[in-house]
Amino acid sequence: MEFKTGKWNRHIDVRDFIVRNYTPYDGNSDFLAGPSSRSLKLWDEVKDLNNAERNNGGVLDIDEKTISTITSHAPGYIDRENEDIVGIQTDAPLKRAIMPYGGIRTVRTSLEAYGRQLDPEVERVFKHRKTHNDGVFDAYTDEMRKARKSGIITGLPDSYGRGRIIGDYRRVALYGADYLIKEKTAAKDRYVFDIMSEDVIMQREELSEQIAALKELKEMAASYGFDISNPATDVKEAIQWLYFGYLAAIKEQNGAAMSLGRVSTFLDIYAERDLAEGKYTEEQIQEFVDHFVMKLRMVRFLRTPAYDELFSGDPTWVTEALGGVGIDGRHMVTKMTFRFLHTLENLGAAPEPNMTVLWSEKLPENFKKYAAGLSIKTSSIQYENDDLMRPEYGDDYGIACCVSPMRIGKQMQFFGARANLAKALLYALNGGKDEKSGEQVGPEMAAILSESPLSFDEVWRKYDQICNWLSRLYINTLNIIHYMHDKYCYERIQMALHDESILRTSACGLAGFSVVVDSLSAIKYAKVKPVRNEAGLTTDFIIEGDYPKFGNHDTRSDEIARAVVEHFMNKLRKHRTYRGSKPTMSILTITSNVVYGKKTGATPDGRKAGEPFAPGANPMHGRDSNGCVASMLSVASLPFEFSQDGISYTFSIVPDALGKSQKQREDNLVSLMDGYFAEGGHHINVNVINRDVLLDAMDHPELYPQLTIRVSGYAVNFIKLSREQQLDVIHRTFHTRF
Amino acid sequence: MDKNTVGRIHSFESFGAVDGPGVRFVVFFQGCPLRCLYCHNPDSWDMKSGRLITANELTQEILRYRSFIKSGGVTLSGGEPLAQPEFAEAVLEMLRENKIHTAVDTSGCIPLSRCKNAVDKADLLLLDIKSINPDIAKKITSSEMSGALKLLDYREQAGGKVWIRHVLVPGLTLDTEQAHRMGEFLSRYKCVEKVELLPFHKFGEYKWEQLGIEYTLADVDAPKHSEVAEMRIILEEYGLEVSTTV
Repeated sequence: MEFKTGKWNRHIDVRDFIVRNYTPYDGNSDFLAGPSSRSLKLWDEVKDLNNAERNNGGVLDIDEKTISTITSHAPGYIDRENEDIVGIQTDAPLKRAIMPYGGIRTVRTSLEAYGRQLDPEVERVFKHRKTHNDGVFDAYTDEMRKARKSGIITGLPDSYGRGRIIGDYRRVALYGADYLIKEKTAAKDRYVFDIMSEDVIMQREELSEQIAALKELKEMAASYGFDISNPATDVKEAIQWLYFGYLAAIKEQNGAAMSLGRVSTFLDIYAERDLAEGKYTEEQIQEFVDHFVMKLRMVRFLRTPAYDELFSGDPTWVTEALGGVGIDGRHMVTKMTFRFLHTLENLGAAPEPNMTVLWSEKLPENFKKYAAGLSIKTSSIQYENDDLMRPEYGDDYGIACCVSPMRIGKQMQFFGARANLAKALLYALNGGKDEKSGEQVGPEMAAILSESPLSFDEVWRKYDQICNWLSRLYINTLNIIHYMHDKYCYERIQMALHDESILRTSACGLAGFSVVVDSLSAIKYAKVKPVRNEAGLTTDFIIEGDYPKFGNHDTRSDEIARAVVEHFMNKLRKHRTYRGSKPTMSILTITSNVVYGKKTGATPDGRKAGEPFAPGANPMHGRDSNGCVASMLSVASLPFEFSQDGISYTFSIVPDALGKSQKQREDNLVSLMDGYFAEGGHHINVNVINRDVLLDAMDHPELYPQLTIRVSGYAVNFIKLSREQQLDVIHRTFHTRF
Repeated sequence: MDKNTVGRIHSFESFGAVDGPGVRFVVFFQGCPLRCLYCHNPDSWDMKSGRLITANELTQEILRYRSFIKSGGVTLSGGEPLAQPEFAEAVLEMLRENKIHTAVDTSGCIPLSRCKNAVDKADLLLLDIKSINPDIAKKITSSEMSGALKLLDYREQAGGKVWIRHVLVPGLTLDTEQAHRMGEFLSRYKCVEKVELLPFHKFGEYKWEQLGIEYTLADVDAPKHSEVAEMRIILEEYGLEVSTTV
């Protein structure tokens, strides 16, 4: 049986292949197959490895001698006899590799944290080879260093891989490596102009790097005994080819987030053909998927303790986007979409891959209920609004990291972490001085010194000025980071799996969102008197009266919230960005809300110094008092068009509050999500869990090896979080009324 | 019906999943004449406090939540919603005009002569029967119970659905003899769609402390799963559909 042909046969066009050949599936989950005995045996071995890793302090082993590249390591296996899908990052499972091009210092610190030393030979190489991190610090200004140190701009990818780039790994399966090399070579040959300007030179050099990387990809696959020169011929090969592409990426880059893309519906086309031809059974296909997903659960990077503190729980963001609806109106749920989610049942809950359902009111009810049911059982799924993203991103976008949509193979981003707007507000009060150190970090301007309650107009005016400065500094800092990353730590294989002409975004972000909104609301609707220290810095506040708090669907605070988003995005748009990238913004903190909170003084909303922020766009803990729908409506009212890199919302509810039976709970969760997304919500993490379970897991981690919980934009093994992060999760609002 | 009828509300909960079918917006009315021993909202007893709001304002607020309650609706709870019958009636009427399903969570303690019009406008009654035994009911509520049964009779005759709710308190209502009597009694009513057994819990105890009222059930434990299951089986023997929290 031949695939339907079209544009995809003439040029690289994976979407065209999918749209012409996929089969939407409206049925229920009855067709799914349980785990095979081989899968269970293999998964037991992986679980043993995970336990060993945990007992060894979080890292099982490190190869500190070999600089990781696509071909650096000999093939590695978990259990060769029983693995349908092969390939791991080094020669042994869970052994972490060093990837020093982002920063040799980071590698050194990471190794030291686990009692290892940097190998002298590697040390010697990097005496002669500059890294991204070296380049960035050569170019940073004093102002940038200060802003970084004070934490007003933070989480910057200036010492490791920036990540958030999604290679179109499906291309390897659909076209085979030889065709991809041929196309890139032709592109390079065409890329000759009258003037050899900097951008042309850069592009030609990058194309050469990409071609080299594709050749290495072939070589790596060959070392596992596979010739991937030609297209995959069945579903097993398609998964294996695609995975080799992804594996090459995670051998080359320890990017902060290494999404998989949107592969399930693509793979379903092969599976449907194999089923029709009798080549494989449902049981066999599910086994391939289970084995593939096990591999994705085993992705590891070597990180520093500081990184782990910021992004807790060893996340890798192997994000897979599932479902969604096509431009032609057909939904894109296939049997393979079910099979991917079904791994949560066959292998149990897990944080990776980061299962992301692209929700639409047009998704089939059977699928909605299946996903909701799994959320209730596993708390492992996040949901994003396809109806909101499709008009801008089409029907072949994936999610980078947690919430950032991008067209696969056609768009990339320069990841920019986030600006701490809560701190920016304090700078506005303190004339640009840091409230903790007293250092002049921001521009020197008149501080507010009056003893009377803060005036909203005055504070907003000064906040506006601080944001002028902050947005400019922020974009300029990102320009340096990404210039250097392209120069010293280029994503060769991932960019080889992109078109030549791509859209780039400068993906900024903000932290402390609900703190700023509530602070401004308190200043406007209550009386907020500043309390100053001996140096004259405002370090605390006395609040008289009540004020509308974000998360209660109160128009007064929701309006302030929207103004804060639009205001900062408009500032970002004014600055010139690296490689003509389009500035965008996210409201996403991951778990860094705890660390950012620690670095920020008391705020006018009544939050004390050092207390955590709410994650992402969440209302502050315990301040949403009208129930979760009110909270969802406040978040849903935030303008996505001003925050196109995503708006993250984490929702936790105890099972009993969601309904009395499993069926009721599924129906109610579907209603909640239909409502939230119809109102324009962008993203939601769903946790259905009792607080008692989390408390027990803190005391008896060994009993909860797979307990998974969604935090801002990703999922983690709860027991891998630091105690501080665990407490933060537990203190957040759990909707409990019943 | 006057859209500008003013009522007193305690608060609202934008997501209710256990007060009627589907996802529901729950309005807690302020004020209740009963003083149930296990009440988890004693702060809603006082008839004179609460937030004043017109029926129209409340309806407009509810309509902002419309996309969430398509499969469910609105539940008026409390407090005792039928203690403000004109206000409840106006809200129910306006919700009906907007094609939103309504439920009223009541103990039936308000005389029918006062609340009949409101009852007629509710799509579903969540009728709380404290105990089939009048003495025990009186002990729980410090009041006579006949109202609930009169209301049930009225509903049977006037039409309209009823879900019975019944709290199982060890030492008071967690009793197989009462369960048999209740099963036999309720099996005569066609309007009863379902019986919800609610195991006693103490989540509201802190509110009693805050209000400085003595909580006499502090030493009573929540019933065991097996005990709840036993009660359920008894009621099911009388052909009733029974639900409990799983």
